[in-house]
Amino acid sequence: MIIALPVIQLMVLPLAADFEIKNINIAVVDHDHSALSRSLREKIVASGYFRLTVFGDSYPDAFKAMERNKADIILEIPNDFEKDLARDGGQDLFLAMNAINGTKASVGGSYLGRIIADFNQQYRKNLMIQSNSESSSIISINPINWYNLFLNYKIFMVPGILVVMVTMIGAYMCALNIVKEKEVGTIEQINVTPIKKHHFILGKLIPFWVIGMFVFTIGLFLVARIVYGIVPLGSIGLLYAFLALYLVAVLGIGLIISTYSNTQQQAMSLAFFFMMIFLLMSGLFTSIDSMPEWAKWIARLNPVTYFIEVMRMVVMKGSEFKDIKMHFAVTAVFAVVFNAWAILNYRKTS
Amino acid sequence: MTDVVLDHITKTYEKGSVVAVDDVSFSVEKGELFGLIGPDGAGKSSIFRMLTTLLKPDSGFATVNGSDTVKDYRDIRKKVGYMPGRFSLYQDLTVEENLTFFATVFNTTIHENYDLIKDIYVQLEPFKDRRAGKLSGGMKQKLALCCALIHRPTVLFLDEPTTGVDAVSRKEFWEMLKRLKTHGITILVSTPYMDEATLCERIALIQGGKILSIDTPEEIIRRFPKPLYSVRCNEMSRLLKELRSFAEIESCNGFGDYHHITFHNEAEIEKLKDRLIKAGYSEVEIRIEEPTVEDCFIRLMKSLDNGE
Repeated sequence: MIIALPVIQLMVLPLAADFEIKNINIAVVDHDHSALSRSLREKIVASGYFRLTVFGDSYPDAFKAMERNKADIILEIPNDFEKDLARDGGQDLFLAMNAINGTKASVGGSYLGRIIADFNQQYRKNLMIQSNSESSSIISINPINWYNLFLNYKIFMVPGILVVMVTMIGAYMCALNIVKEKEVGTIEQINVTPIKKHHFILGKLIPFWVIGMFVFTIGLFLVARIVYGIVPLGSIGLLYAFLALYLVAVLGIGLIISTYSNTQQQAMSLAFFFMMIFLLMSGLFTSIDSMPEWAKWIARLNPVTYFIEVMRMVVMKGSEFKDIKMHFAVTAVFAVVFNAWAILNYRKTS
Repeated sequence: MTDVVLDHITKTYEKGSVVAVDDVSFSVEKGELFGLIGPDGAGKSSIFRMLTTLLKPDSGFATVNGSDTVKDYRDIRKKVGYMPGRFSLYQDLTVEENLTFFATVFNTTIHENYDLIKDIYVQLEPFKDRRAGKLSGGMKQKLALCCALIHRPTVLFLDEPTTGVDAVSRKEFWEMLKRLKTHGITILVSTPYMDEATLCERIALIQGGKILSIDTPEEIIRRFPKPLYSVRCNEMSRLLKELRSFAEIESCNGFGDYHHITFHNEAEIEKLKDRLIKAGYSEVEIRIEEPTVEDCFIRLMKSLDNGE
């Protein structure tokens, strides 16, 4: 169970947690019916992101299609589109987007904008070649995405999701463990023994630490490498060194939760609450730089943030120890604080 | 030499609104088999948990084997054996693993103290590879006792060890305790079963956090102030109500097949049988009865309720 579940999650989640949007339904309202409007339409469909679901020359029809969820975007090409473009050198296109799914609308809109800009540029080039007029130089920007050349979403997500996996296993299992002893009553027997607090806590920490290491290894070598072909650019030893420290911090969170709860249910809800915040505020899905100031502070106090950053830096960029010194330091502080807190709060006597 | 001393111990829960143990003092001699007898909620477990350093008393102090339960809790944890009321061993470890685990925790080995647990462990031996959770109730209790004894404690605390155990196993268990006494171990045992009281050397009757009486079971019974009679007939439940309404009868309690009664005035006994037969009962039988600890307990409890 412990091994199979994270492996399955790691294989399924990156496929689903993908912001690349495909299959956007587009309705094209073409009042022009010219060769140019047809080639624009074909270019849009050929991009692979769009699916032409409605095609006609009535805007109300297209709007109805949007209401019935058949279309996400309406593109309206005005009358005399080709003629005016050639004559006046300019023409307006009308775009209407269904913003119920905000991401789809904005991403779809920007895709479409890019396609149209590209189309426009090509058209101008053709025009110039035809007229042989003095070429006003056209500046085109060709961006390169460093470290992830093709903006492959999986390379970005898999390391992050691996961190989530390790965090969940560490915090949840550790939180449930001591609470289970409370529920079953075994802790009562243990408390009347000479076992010292820190011995007991260490006894709880070490097995989960080993499990965490093991799950990470499976995720990194079995799933990330074999399934997604992700090979860390940086040192694997460095990753493990960070993981070792990070696990101590995460297990500390689990321990704190378990010292405050009396039943497994309480521990579960507490752990769930913190995991939700930690995951959403960790920069896994959204960039921390674009968060408001207060949210940035939560992200900074969140151990998950640091490991996700380290993972991405080491796996994708090949960062070295000197690049992640700060991450090591902060995580070490987390580890000490959380575990000291747990040991202090765990009482054998009530 | 006294081994366990409680001096005016009080323990409350819920910020003082629930008094679990109310100004309790008693002491237990070394090597004694001492019983704490009382119904559920009487405060038995709270007393045990304070003596085993799991709870701190609100006021008063207690010593176990000369060590203070609050200050020297570390020493006590090394020396006492505790068997909680609820089965508290690791259910997914086997019998042998549990025993080895607790031996290791106390820095000893099974081998070292095997003579102490031998009599009990031989019965468990056939199941030593079975998981503790899969054992029967009686076997679980024997295993728990073994684990509590594995470090050769000087004082053994057994919190309701026979609750939920069948009659045969209960009898066996008390025989085991008698044998343990020969090793010089002081044993404190709590039980809600009054019939087990006579198996202890000395008992404390406890109710509502207060001690009603402390003495040997024989002495407690001897102090029962009046002759006790038992009555039976064909309609027992009607008889109980009717007897309680008779002015001459001081107390009447159902006791299985018989009702136990005492009189305000001894002379009334002669008239009772005729009166009952006239009232339409048949097979009426009245005889003098030796009081049990339960009779004493009920009597003490009632006098406490009446504020005496």
